[in-house]
Amino acid sequence: MLILICLKQVPAKDSLLRIDETQRWVRETDLSYEVNEPDAFALEEGLRLKEKHGGQVVVLSAGPARAAAAIREALAKGADRGIHIEDEALARLDSSTAARALAAAARTEPFDLILTGLQSDDLGWGQTGVVMAELLGIPHATIIMEIEKREDGIRVKRELEAGWFQYLEMPLPALLTIQSGINKVRYATLMGIKKAKTKELKRLTPASLGVALEPRYQIRRIYLPQKSKQTQLIPGGPREAAAALLEKLRFEARVL
Amino acid sequence: MSILVVTEQVGGAWNRMTFEALAAGLEMGRALGHPVAAAVLGDRIESLETELAARGVERVVSLRHPLLATYTPDAYTLALAPAIRTLNPFLVALPHTYQVRDFAPKLAAALDRVFISDLVGFRVENGEPVFVRQLFQGKMNADVTFTGQPPYFVSLQSGAFRADALPASASPAPIERPAVRIDASQIRIRPGERFQEAKRTVDLASAEIIVAVGRGIKEKENLPLAEKLAQALGGELAASRPICDNGWLPMERQIGSSGQTVAPKLYVAVGISGAIQHLVGMKGSRVVVAINKDANAPIFEVADYGIVGNLFEVVPALTEELAKTPR
Repeated sequence: MLILICLKQVPAKDSLLRIDETQRWVRETDLSYEVNEPDAFALEEGLRLKEKHGGQVVVLSAGPARAAAAIREALAKGADRGIHIEDEALARLDSSTAARALAAAARTEPFDLILTGLQSDDLGWGQTGVVMAELLGIPHATIIMEIEKREDGIRVKRELEAGWFQYLEMPLPALLTIQSGINKVRYATLMGIKKAKTKELKRLTPASLGVALEPRYQIRRIYLPQKSKQTQLIPGGPREAAAALLEKLRFEARVL
Repeated sequence: MSILVVTEQVGGAWNRMTFEALAAGLEMGRALGHPVAAAVLGDRIESLETELAARGVERVVSLRHPLLATYTPDAYTLALAPAIRTLNPFLVALPHTYQVRDFAPKLAAALDRVFISDLVGFRVENGEPVFVRQLFQGKMNADVTFTGQPPYFVSLQSGAFRADALPASASPAPIERPAVRIDASQIRIRPGERFQEAKRTVDLASAEIIVAVGRGIKEKENLPLAEKLAQALGGELAASRPICDNGWLPMERQIGSSGQTVAPKLYVAVGISGAIQHLVGMKGSRVVVAINKDANAPIFEVADYGIVGNLFEVVPALTEELAKTPR
C-alpha cells in the first residue's frame, strides 16, 4: 500500500497564548510547536499498516518553514519520505485552501490510502481531510477507531456520539480521518532520528502546484472567551483553599 | 435569499441538536431579514415533515429516497447539493454533530463554498453576519466573516443556542418534496449497523458526585490521588478523553461528546483544561469545581468554584480535610 499521511504542525498544548498586536492571532514568539495530536495517531496507524501489508508511508505537510521539523519527526519514526508545501501564509489558512494545496500534492502519486487527524488542535476546523477527499473524488470516513485491510478495500470502525460505533466498508483509494486514541504512538529511536536525515524531503510551493492562496473567510479579531458562570476563585495555600472549598460546598452550595 | 437549516434524524428520531440549529437559524433569519426553510432527509419521514412544519419555519424541504434511509456522505451530498443550488440560500445552518462533520465539508466543497464549523455565537454588524467560533480547544474566541460568495455554510456547537426559544407556527408551513436523484452505484460506502461496545459496569449518569481527571494528572501512577478524593466524597471516578485513550482508565469512565454525558450534583474537574468535547459532557452539572494550574483554562468558564494551583498539593489536602469531618 502506498499510504499518505497529512500532518500539521500546531502550537504545543501548554503554549502561552497571548494576543498579538494585530488582535488577529497569538504572539508567535511565545510559542513552541508540535505535531497535531490526532495527526500523530494517523501517522502511527499508517506505519502499522505498512508493517503489516508492506508498501510505503509518505508524509505531507503544508505550512511555514518550521513545519519541516514535524515532517522530520515523522521520518524519524519510520515514514519513508516527506513532502513539504512551504508557504508562510499556510500557517493559519482556512481548511478549504489548505485542502486544495494538499490535494494538489496528493494527486501527483497513486496513493491507496490517505490518513489525517480528525481535526487540528489550533484552528480546529475539522474539515481538511473531508474536503481533500471530495477534491480527489475518493470516498472518505471520519473519526475512525480501527482500520482493517481486506481483499477488496477496507473495513473501518467509525465513532459515533455517546459511545456508539459503526463499521463501514469502502473501496480504495480512500481517505480516513483518525480519532485520537486509535493506537499507542511510538517514540522515535536514536537510530530512526539518524536515518531520517538521509531520507528524501521534497519541497513544493502552492504556486508550483498551481494553487492560489485565496482565503474565503477571515478572522477579524481574537479574544479571551467570556465566562458563562461567575467562578468563585478560592485563594490561599493548598490546605487553606481545600478547607475553604469544602466549607462552601457544605454550607453555600449544599452539595455535601 | 433565505436561510436553510439542515436537520438531523436517525431512524425516525431527531437528533436533539436539530432544535438548537433550528432556533439558531430562526434567530439568524430575524437578524438578517431572511425567511427560514428547514430540510429533512430520509425515506419514510412523513411524521418528521409534519413536525418540522410546525416549528416556526416558512417552508419544509423534504428530500426522500430509499438510499437516504441510512446515512452515507455520498447520498446526503447527492441529495442536498442540487436542492441547495435550486434554493440558493444565503446561509446553510447545520447542527455540529458527528454526522455533519462527516458530510458538510464535502457538501460545501462540492458546491465550491467554504464552511465555518462549530459556531458558538452570531451577531450582525453593519448588515453583515459575524460568526464566533473557538480556537485552541476553547482557549480563545475568534470573530470570523465570510469573504467569498454565498451560500455560506455554518454549523452550531452543541448547547450554544437554546432550543427552548423555538416558536410554534400559527399554521403549518408548506412541505416541498423536490425530486431526489441518486443511483445506488454512486454510493461508495457500505455502512453497517450502529452498535455500542460491551455492557457498562459503571453508571456515571446516575452518580451524584463525580471526580474527573484530565491530562494534568500526568501519569497513571498518580491516579490514586483522584481515586482517594472520589472515595472520600462518596463519588465515582471519571476522566477526560486523553486519560482513557492512554488506557489509564476504561473507556466507560470517559466524560464528553464521545463518552458519557453526566449531570451530577457535584462535578470536580481535576487537571482538566476543559476542551469543548469534554464540556458538552458535563456542563449540566449542578455545581462544578475546577482544580487547575492554568487560571485561563476554559474549565473555569463553567466552574462555580475554582482553585488555581498544583493539583498534587490541592487534591491530597481536600482528601485529608474530608477525613477530618466524616460525612
